[in-house]
Amino acid sequence: MYQKSKFPEPPTDDKRWHSVQVVMRKHGRSPHALIESLHAVQDAFGYLDRDALTYVARSLDVPLSKAYGVATFYQYFTLKPPGQHKCVVCTGTACYIKGMTELLDALKEKYGVNVEQTTEDGTLTLQSACCIGTCGLAPIATVDGEDLGKVSKEELLAKLEEVLHGHS
Amino acid sequence: MVTLEDLSDIRDRVQHELASHKHRIHVCVAAGCIASGSKDVLQAFRNEILSRQLTDKCIVKGVGCMGPCAGSPVIAIEPDGVMYCNVTVDDVPEIMNSLGKQPVARLQMNTDQPFFTRQKKIVLENSGKIDPDEIDDYIAAKGYHSLYKVLSSMSPVEVIAEVIKSGLRGRGGGGYPTGLKWTTVAKTGAQEKYIVCNADEGDPGAFMDRSVLESDPHRVLEGMAIAAYAVGADHGYIYIRAEYPLAYERLRKAIQQAEETTFLGRRIMGTTFNFHIELRLGAGAYVCGEETALIASIEGGRGTPQTTSSLPSRTRLVWENQLSLTTSRPLPTFPQFYATAGIGLRLSVPREAKAQRSSHLQATSRTSD
Ligand SMILES: Cc1cc2nc3c(=O)[nH]c(=O)nc-3n(C[C@H](O)[C@H](O)[C@H](O)COP(=O)(O)O)c2cc1C
Ligand code: FES
Ligand code: FES
Repeated sequence: MYQKSKFPEPPTDDKRWHSVQVVMRKHGRSPHALIESLHAVQDAFGYLDRDALTYVARSLDVPLSKAYGVATFYQYFTLKPPGQHKCVVCTGTACYIKGMTELLDALKEKYGVNVEQTTEDGTLTLQSACCIGTCGLAPIATVDGEDLGKVSKEELLAKLEEVLHGHS
Repeated sequence: MVTLEDLSDIRDRVQHELASHKHRIHVCVAAGCIASGSKDVLQAFRNEILSRQLTDKCIVKGVGCMGPCAGSPVIAIEPDGVMYCNVTVDDVPEIMNSLGKQPVARLQMNTDQPFFTRQKKIVLENSGKIDPDEIDDYIAAKGYHSLYKVLSSMSPVEVIAEVIKSGLRGRGGGGYPTGLKWTTVAKTGAQEKYIVCNADEGDPGAFMDRSVLESDPHRVLEGMAIAAYAVGADHGYIYIRAEYPLAYERLRKAIQQAEETTFLGRRIMGTTFNFHIELRLGAGAYVCGEETALIASIEGGRGTPQTTSSLPSRTRLVWENQLSLTTSRPLPTFPQFYATAGIGLRLSVPREAKAQRSSHLQATSRTSD
């Protein structure tokens, strides 16, 4: 007979699930903690796969369809594993005027990626953000969390080369 | 029990410490300046002061946004009032040499321009002056004095009357009169009421919320606590967008500090008033700045707006509010009133008030008329 387990086990014994469990417990496993819990999974693993969604949905007692719906609604969540390095280009109004399209074109030409894509070799993911609140520095991009303000395409490409080759 | 003397003691201590240093160097550590390397500049000043053995004469402080973010990193030398922009680590020795002498002309910002001279900061009065990570700095700037005053000498009705008199209006776009909103919320017989602060600043190019959240987070908390007292809420949420990680972090720290000093949490300042604030992180959806979508998101769902009624008799009521002191006649009783960063009010009137908060939120989100 099907028995609803109150606290499902994490899909794997990876230690990173611990931080997810902490967040869910903090919110009393309330269905309202769905977004917080998905944030915790993505912080720990970098993306949300089906197992993770199923685990979170069952833990919080929400339908998997709802967890999937939330995960796909918000731009911040991603269902695909990200590349080793992350480049975010701000596509907000100020950055648009200051030429962020040139940055995107340059990235596309050099690495063959559009926004929300990862290079074939899995080294670089390109993302966009809608105004990160520092328009005075437009156009702005971040590489692995480091901000590059008033960045030219040459500078951005040089930074990426440094990051990509420094680690390979 | 916290007394006015406790607050004054902290104020005197901080002010004495500041006054005992001849030169105070303020380095902006808000998002814009951090992005251009202000943290390195801050560290360079610290090192330089240590190596020159000037610790009793000079003090360096990380402060919030000073305004001219395009010139970041921005620093200010107080009490001289000299501002420098585009400062790099290499400029630090030269600036140190110039202290008490002629300012470094090539880096100096002209403060005699309309941006500075025609601007009167009210909500951002502490921004760029205090260290956002230090609750004592905020108290020294008369922070939490209004909350003390409200809790110790005013009834909720008097607080609301004051807000009505001030003419304060919402800043989220609609300009709804805040006093009216508070009156409606206060009068409703709901068992549980919530204050929701809309800090989901989605519009590109707008960063008034960012500035106050990153530069003066306690101000937002104090404003929410006063609003909660006035309307009878005991729980609040701040919904903040994921693109502002620094603001999130500073608020998190501020809440922790405020709880430790009993300015938030249970039995605030030794009174019977309880008020808890939780943070909620957005996930990159512009529409979640809209009030009904925002609440759906706080409740863990997709941020889809819904049509709601604004009549208190309906089952579900949603009132979102942004507060700021917009009146030209500053509120007489609160010399420095509350914050701007979308402070919202959410009021729910469930058909049967549920005892459990968690199920309550769910219940209100599901029930329709
Ligand atoms: C699409 C949309 C986006 C909105 N975004 C924001 C926002 O980012 N910040 C905000 O404070 N209000 C935003 N609002 C307005 C809120 O719905 C709400 O009216 C406001 O927070 C109420 O505060 P007030 O009474 O202080 O004006 C938005 C409204 C809409 C329709
Ligand atoms: S538009 Fe890019 S930072 Fe604001
Ligand atoms: S962020 Fe430093 S001056 Fe605005």
